[in-house]
Amino acid sequence: MTELTRRNTMKLMSAALVAGVSFSSLPRKAFSAGSITVLNWQGYGTDEAWSVKAFTEKTGIAVVHDYYSSESEMLTKLRTNPGAYDLVVLNAARCAQAVAEDRLQPIDFSKVPNASTVDDSLRSNPNFSKDGKGFAVPWVWGMTSLAIREGMPVPDSYAVLADAAYKSRVAMDDDAIINVGVGALMTGQDINDPKDLAAVTTALKSIKPNVKLLWSTEDQWNKSFAAKEFDLSLFWSGGSVRSKRNSKLPVQFVVPKEGGIGWVDGLGIPASAPNAEGALAFANWLIDPVFYVEWATKVGAPASSNSAALSALPADDLSRQVHKPEYLKTMGIMSALPDDRREAFNNVWQEVKAFYAE
Amino acid sequence: MQNDRLTSASERGPLGPRSRRVLPSWVSTMVLLLPTYGWLTLAVFLPLLTMFVFSFMSATPMGKAPIVFTLKQYRAFIDQPYLVGIGINSLLIGFWTTLFCAVLGFLAAVALVQSTLGKTREILLILILLPFWTNGLVRVFSWTMVLRENGFLDNLLHMIAPDAGSIGFLYTRYAIVVGLVHGYLPYMILTCYIALVAIDDAIIEAASSLGARWWTILFKILVPLAAPGLISGSVLIFIPVIGSFMEPRILGGRVGVTMGTVIEDQFTQAFNWPLGASLSFTLLAVVLAIFATFSGVLRRGTAV
Repeated sequence: MTELTRRNTMKLMSAALVAGVSFSSLPRKAFSAGSITVLNWQGYGTDEAWSVKAFTEKTGIAVVHDYYSSESEMLTKLRTNPGAYDLVVLNAARCAQAVAEDRLQPIDFSKVPNASTVDDSLRSNPNFSKDGKGFAVPWVWGMTSLAIREGMPVPDSYAVLADAAYKSRVAMDDDAIINVGVGALMTGQDINDPKDLAAVTTALKSIKPNVKLLWSTEDQWNKSFAAKEFDLSLFWSGGSVRSKRNSKLPVQFVVPKEGGIGWVDGLGIPASAPNAEGALAFANWLIDPVFYVEWATKVGAPASSNSAALSALPADDLSRQVHKPEYLKTMGIMSALPDDRREAFNNVWQEVKAFYAE
Repeated sequence: MQNDRLTSASERGPLGPRSRRVLPSWVSTMVLLLPTYGWLTLAVFLPLLTMFVFSFMSATPMGKAPIVFTLKQYRAFIDQPYLVGIGINSLLIGFWTTLFCAVLGFLAAVALVQSTLGKTREILLILILLPFWTNGLVRVFSWTMVLRENGFLDNLLHMIAPDAGSIGFLYTRYAIVVGLVHGYLPYMILTCYIALVAIDDAIIEAASSLGARWWTILFKILVPLAAPGLISGSVLIFIPVIGSFMEPRILGGRVGVTMGTVIEDQFTQAFNWPLGASLSFTLLAVVLAIFATFSGVLRRGTAV
């Protein structure tokens, strides 16, 4: 009898593991024509029970979910489990990273008819495409821009932040990337790669007499705005909808001529996806007006990338009023930043904050 | 492991005298201290050491970026000179908070010692400790309600003088100091109370019978004798206050930028742990330098 050495134990264990894995993956393989696995945040649209049910009834494709709790975890899961996922929800910045690592396959947009009404500026965003091929179906978006108390003059430029009329009436978002973005827009630069950081710093410092506070949570923003501590602020588009709808605050979201600072989540198909066809069908459903209207009105959702879906919302829907499709023309989308640039952005914001505090 | 040692020590304890084998005193001291030091090593020294190593790295060792050992993080105060202003600001906030705590805490402790009527002392002690039972964040947020424009403070004023302007001072350095004093005052009261309670009443009686006025008693007897309490209370308060970040952030608004918030930003927002760690250790060095400078005073004070 062979001795139970460490090596033998390892062999035995790995054999058992392989057997187990292949066994458990067998049923999935057999059903692969009729099932897809989606990788997403939990409770973020794709796993709504009514939607999955409607999709399965319509197409016969069953939808299984796996979740991540951070964007880096999502990338790790893509790297370590090839063949496990058919559709993955990823932020524009992370999408660029996944495409660079060849983790995604090009999208066959002919299989996603609803994509014809997806805004071009989203589809052609460099984070989602490479060599003229799209690697993700843009799904939902939102942005950071100006919010002003209702009844006050609507600003048309970020220069209003430094306007003496708003002395001590401005609240800034305590976020380095957003503020450097605003400084870049104030000085006519690219939000993701401003060449003249000194000009950005000067522009942000010029706001000092107006800055009353720096907010870091939506709750803090709501409380301070309700207490009339400021009138003008950098704020999130989705946050302004919630403040108005849930807290009944008199806030108006404004996108000035320089454009908002945007984020987009896309739907990508891993290069190793066993059921790309099914994934495309589900992606098509996720940007379908029928799904979106239900999701946005019953549950609450960011803006759909599909302008047809957005305009299917009731005309008085707050989210529709805030996320106008024309804003997409001017909106800059936050991209992945190299480490040194991220550090430089953070240093700019620290320096500006120190100046505010003087 | 540590518990095993503890039990063996407790077994050995009663056995010792019976078998007339007396262990050297250092053995029992060591055995008694072992769990504490073991825990300190595990919970304080090792994490601190890790952070110290981090502070020499070029990037947070959790991504793909190659790690190079460098001293550049410690040059932050030279490369980013605005940090010096923030550092001085933090030290000033620490100084004022400690000073207010010392004055208010000492007086409260004197009142506590003087109150001998029935259960007043117990009740007062509970009242002083009561804020400790609520979450610090809740206490700070409640201050925002009081200090903001049209807050409770303004409402009170407008009840008396309806036409007066606002005296709310939320989002100023004063607001930060108020919040910090409120949060840390109990430490000072307790350390002063312990020092004052030990003073023999006969000394004070003797002083007053010899004609000393109250201020002579206060400054010639009470303060010098309670100095150990005052000093340990000040150290207990000064160190956490200069690293505080929650109170400045919530109460300080635009001016709420301290070393604490800068360090916190490095760990949470910027994901630059090495810089955060090096700033922490620089701050630690500054604090140690301050205490070393005043070590003579401290020793004289605590030696009484």
